[in-house]
Amino acid sequence: MANRPLRIIVAKAGLDGHDRGAKVIARALRDAGMEVIYTGLFQTPEQIVQTAIQEDADGIGLSILSGAHMTLFPLVTEQLKAQGADDIVFFGGGTIPPDDTEALKKAGVREIFTPGAPLSEIIEFVQRECGKRREKVG
Amino acid sequence: MINESTLDALLRDFEAKRPRALARAISLSESGHGAALIRHLYARTGRAMTIGLTGPPGVGKSTLSSALVKKARSLHKSVGVISVDPSSPFSHGALLGDRIRLTEHFTDPDVFIRSMASRGHLGGLSGATADAVALMDAFGLDVVLIETVGVGQSEIEIAELAQTTLVALQPGSGDSIQVIKAGIMEIADIFVVNKADHPMANQLRREIRSMMEMLDFAGWVPELVTTQATTGEGIDALWDAIEKHTAYLNETGEIETRRREAFAHQVRQLAMGKLQKRLEHDLRVESPGGLDPYALADRILSRFGVHGEVEEDISTAAHPRASVKGLM
Repeated sequence: MANRPLRIIVAKAGLDGHDRGAKVIARALRDAGMEVIYTGLFQTPEQIVQTAIQEDADGIGLSILSGAHMTLFPLVTEQLKAQGADDIVFFGGGTIPPDDTEALKKAGVREIFTPGAPLSEIIEFVQRECGKRREKVG
Repeated sequence: MINESTLDALLRDFEAKRPRALARAISLSESGHGAALIRHLYARTGRAMTIGLTGPPGVGKSTLSSALVKKARSLHKSVGVISVDPSSPFSHGALLGDRIRLTEHFTDPDVFIRSMASRGHLGGLSGATADAVALMDAFGLDVVLIETVGVGQSEIEIAELAQTTLVALQPGSGDSIQVIKAGIMEIADIFVVNKADHPMANQLRREIRSMMEMLDFAGWVPELVTTQATTGEGIDALWDAIEKHTAYLNETGEIETRRREAFAHQVRQLAMGKLQKRLEHDLRVESPGGLDPYALADRILSRFGVHGEVEEDISTAAHPRASVKGLM
């Protein structure tokens, strides 16, 4: 099914209204030929995972700039597992200290991008990882 | 193509009403592999109430959708929403943002929302929208709401697909001539003047009324409803109008005509889609070699068995829903 663009959820969770970064990422992925589904602000982990399932998404990118990343990221990975949807590539971005990044990756977040990460690197990651998933799942 | 065992597993999950199966089924249709699925499920379609919602960008289609979902849920009906946004003609990517207005329904197990990118399709929908409607219908959803891309004046495909077409209009966007133009103003079963608090809302209502007063309608006379989707004002009246139209379709038997039209529409879409791909291929490989456009078109068409001129039969195409009073 390579003739279908990758579908990526770009999400904002919790009490966090800073969506500039999420919009930049959404636009960059769009320009790289992907179909980006933007959830809007203040989503719960459950809302994000339900969206990913209904939209048959290949990946979820979650942006958190509120400091609540150690709570919200693991809740999304738990939800994905509970729904049998942990084949969906889950990655994130935001103001996240290096120590936390390591812990989050252990908890099942595939990659964390922090301020200053080049857009080309993010696009390359999404194309590679979500492309692999697409090959497996079809 | 998908193999037999994948298809069987998918159909089993579909029967078990797993949302993921519906989601996968729609993706398969989007990538051109819908045939086997639709073949298995087509007999189960025709149950859902299908409502199309169209109008210009920013008029409030998604907010109206959300309000209609809420109303349908209050009546214990399960709902599918298909929301189409445009694909980039350059990157083929898309930003699908209609969900932002629908967040309150994300975790309701009886609401299934799917965003679709138009993928180069021009009529306000995407090539696989009709399949997605059929799949949601077969899945057992009671109401399927189809929201088009933000349209201009001529994207009227939705009327061929949905049983009831709502045309949402934006107060303060143009003068009284706009409402008598051809195109989307002709396909409305229900006109929705949204943003009722807008200072120009009453004027738009008057213009639509006066347009309708000069017409004789062949059957159904469009309803005119004013809403403020953000507050829910007018949504009960809008739902009543939708039910009235559904009852009209059933009582007059016009529902069968609409179904036939929707069927023909889908056949046309499928056939045109394949023809277009062939045509694009031929265009890439053919060198014009000094031919004029007509000559090259003839050469390509001859491969499809089309020779010479093809006359359009206007008499069968023209069946207006309304005409000026005094004309007939």
